[in-house]
Amino acid sequence: MNIGFFAALILLTATSYLLGRKKAVRVSAYGRLHSRPNYYGAYVALWCLLPAALVAVLWIALEPWLLTHLIVRELPESYSGLPPDRLGLVLNDIKNLATGAMVSGEPDEALRAAADHYRSLKSLGSAAVAVGCLSLAVAGLAWGVRKVQPTLRARNQVERVVRAILIVSSTLAIFTTVGIVLSVLFEAVRFFRMVPPWEFFFGLKWSPQIAIRADQVGASGAFGMIPVFTGTLLISAIAMGLAVPVGLFSAVYLSEYASRPVRAVVKPLLEILAGVPTVVYGFFAALTVGPTIRQVGERLGLEVASESALAAGLVMGIMIIPFISSLSDDVINAVPQDLRDGSLALGATRAETIRQVVLPAALPGIMGGVLLGVSRAIGETMIVVMAAGLSANLTMNPLQAVTTVTVQIVTLLVGDQEFDSPKTLAAFALGLVLFIVTLCLNVVALVVVRRYREQYE
Amino acid sequence: MAEDRRLERDGGIAAAVQRTLARRYRAERRFRLFGMIAVAVGLLFLAVLFTAIVSKGYTAFQQTYVLLDVYVDPDVVHVGNLDSADYQGLIKTSLRELFPDVKGRRDKRNLYKLVSSGAGAVLRRMVLEDTSLIGRRLRIWVPADDDVDMVIKGHVDRTLPESQRRLDDQSLAWVEVLERQNRLEKKWNFTFFTAGDSREPELAGIWGATVGSFYTLMITLLLSFPLGAAAAIYLEEFAPRNRWTDVIEVNINNLAAVPSIVFGLLGLAVFLNFFGLPRSSPLVGGLVLTLMTLPTIIIAARAALQSVPPSIRDAALAVGASKMQTVFHHVLPLALPGMLTGTIIGMARALGETAPLLMVGMVAFIVDIPRGLTDAATVLPVQIYLWADSPERAFVEKTSAAIIVLLAFLIVMNAAAVFLRNRYERRW
Repeated sequence: MNIGFFAALILLTATSYLLGRKKAVRVSAYGRLHSRPNYYGAYVALWCLLPAALVAVLWIALEPWLLTHLIVRELPESYSGLPPDRLGLVLNDIKNLATGAMVSGEPDEALRAAADHYRSLKSLGSAAVAVGCLSLAVAGLAWGVRKVQPTLRARNQVERVVRAILIVSSTLAIFTTVGIVLSVLFEAVRFFRMVPPWEFFFGLKWSPQIAIRADQVGASGAFGMIPVFTGTLLISAIAMGLAVPVGLFSAVYLSEYASRPVRAVVKPLLEILAGVPTVVYGFFAALTVGPTIRQVGERLGLEVASESALAAGLVMGIMIIPFISSLSDDVINAVPQDLRDGSLALGATRAETIRQVVLPAALPGIMGGVLLGVSRAIGETMIVVMAAGLSANLTMNPLQAVTTVTVQIVTLLVGDQEFDSPKTLAAFALGLVLFIVTLCLNVVALVVVRRYREQYE
Repeated sequence: MAEDRRLERDGGIAAAVQRTLARRYRAERRFRLFGMIAVAVGLLFLAVLFTAIVSKGYTAFQQTYVLLDVYVDPDVVHVGNLDSADYQGLIKTSLRELFPDVKGRRDKRNLYKLVSSGAGAVLRRMVLEDTSLIGRRLRIWVPADDDVDMVIKGHVDRTLPESQRRLDDQSLAWVEVLERQNRLEKKWNFTFFTAGDSREPELAGIWGATVGSFYTLMITLLLSFPLGAAAAIYLEEFAPRNRWTDVIEVNINNLAAVPSIVFGLLGLAVFLNFFGLPRSSPLVGGLVLTLMTLPTIIIAARAALQSVPPSIRDAALAVGASKMQTVFHHVLPLALPGMLTGTIIGMARALGETAPLLMVGMVAFIVDIPRGLTDAATVLPVQIYLWADSPERAFVEKTSAAIIVLLAFLIVMNAAAVFLRNRYERRW
């Protein structure tokens, strides 16, 4: 399975296209072709490529499992009797030995033998499958060419395959969602078997770090998500407190007051803010905004934590400004001009028109945008990872350090993971909460926005 | 009625309007002012963000070098040990020659700290290239240590009390001697663009992360563009309007708004734990980013297909083209610029994405330049995150410089998208 194999397969496919096309042109002497010659070429090429590619993909998917199975059967009793997790380590060593990478400790004879066995199996299997696939491709080619006749409905057949590919691609989004739900749910259920759900959803204390070792003093660990969630809401509230007024007012100004050239310059400039990667905002928050707020606070005689919720929230707000402003801009522009004209004709000033006619008409759309913004703030990760704290304080004071759901997921999952400890699994439970909350916000927002659009279109 | 009578008494409606007009105009001006303030605040943030990054980062494109007279001692380096000779020792000897009156182990160790621990590698490279250098006395520029670099660049105030500086008084005196002898110079920092990561700021570069980003984005582009385009074509051109396609549509819109970190969880659980793909590899990173950008690309591609007028389709169908031929020969070429624009914007987002990649282990400290899709690698934004966490002062400017590079890439990509849109997209 290497570049050479794939190159050969592609070459064969190209050849089969040409052969099919040529044969079609040749047989056209015996009767009018049903389709254009290209379709006969494509027809043969599909016969050549699809079966071979299918086998190759199957092999790539099954190879690790199959090889592992064969190796374990050959291992001496002292290894194959090990519990699964230890066995996994041994297998890892064998694979590393086979590829010539570093191995922890001195490998013994049995491992070396297994590694040699592994290597020979692997190369043998790959070679066999490669030869098999290529012969399959040649056979497909021959079969396809043989079937090329003027009466063959090549176009319909090719189109059917293309259509199937299109359909499969479009269902990928469903599979992604299902994958997300299943993977998160599966681990979360394992978590809830160790930690009761009510403790997780209503607990007031969060300190997952002490539950690393079972024999540790106070090893129980606390998995109450209330403080973590409060921190998320606090930071999101600060962010929306900045982003909604600034975003909304700039949208109103740009769509109702600004002249065309001003709008043409300012709007893209504001949208740059949306394109800045979040890690940059995180760095900005941690290095510039955080210390500044701290200094100002100290001058005012306030006690400000160095990783205050305020810093993270404000920078997150900056990030969301363009999001709110461009969504609001769209909805404000979608409000029919008649409504404005009517209001202005009655003698209302522009501000009165906007406040009493345009904004109420655009309100559902704006609300949808704000909800999407909230969902984004809750799910935002890098800013809070870099600028918010780790300790889960249950507080509403924006000058203190709080932690968020995303920060906890990152800290729990970066580095060594053990998938049997509640510490690691807790991240998936938090992920589930995050997914459900953002899902609800998104669905409500999308429905609101959609219904509003239908109203005026 | 009472109101009417009051108006009558006060001189009619016009007068009533007149009376409140000043207040209403004030409100109007105030409202307008708020709008201007909001726009100004947004632009101010943009300006502050960019000045903060650029002013911190531009100095990292230069690096302080020290001029040393190094004697390539044939006793230390000979043909037999070219690879493994103690080149750093030669550098140390030349430092001792520069400051012959430094005695004592601790002082000497401090003295050695003036140049980077990578200085020996510079010498090694030169000798490996040209073995005739052995036995000669060379004048070479080697990178200075990051603490010296910070002093030379003025990031550290020399007048601070000793306890608040990383460089002590004695080292500072040596630095000043070197300066007077013109042995310190700021040069263009090639290392930054050609090296992988390093614990030593003066040896750290972004090339490793750039290559990692490149591989990751290659995977993302190769998978997400064909899949996204195919999905959009099916949904827009072929799919019947029924409950099932409605579900798909809602699903795609919703996936576009799912937090990126959730895709990281998916990648961790499915690609790493279930399929056992290699951790930290561009392959897995690319797969995760594919799933993340796919909804964006599908939405953009559908919009592009929608903007092709139905008359094109009708004309093709009328002359006998099949549905498939109509789409692939006539609609798709017209929609392609719009699709590509959306794809580039999706790629730009993927390039800046960090959180999901942390979940699939692309956050390791990796010195080597990745050489394949399954090598351990990191990407530019993750490199920025890692450097931002490092305590050394010198990493602050490295981080900012890496951000400048990342933003430059993003600006180029977005400019390409705008260009594509203006050049090829047709308004019907």
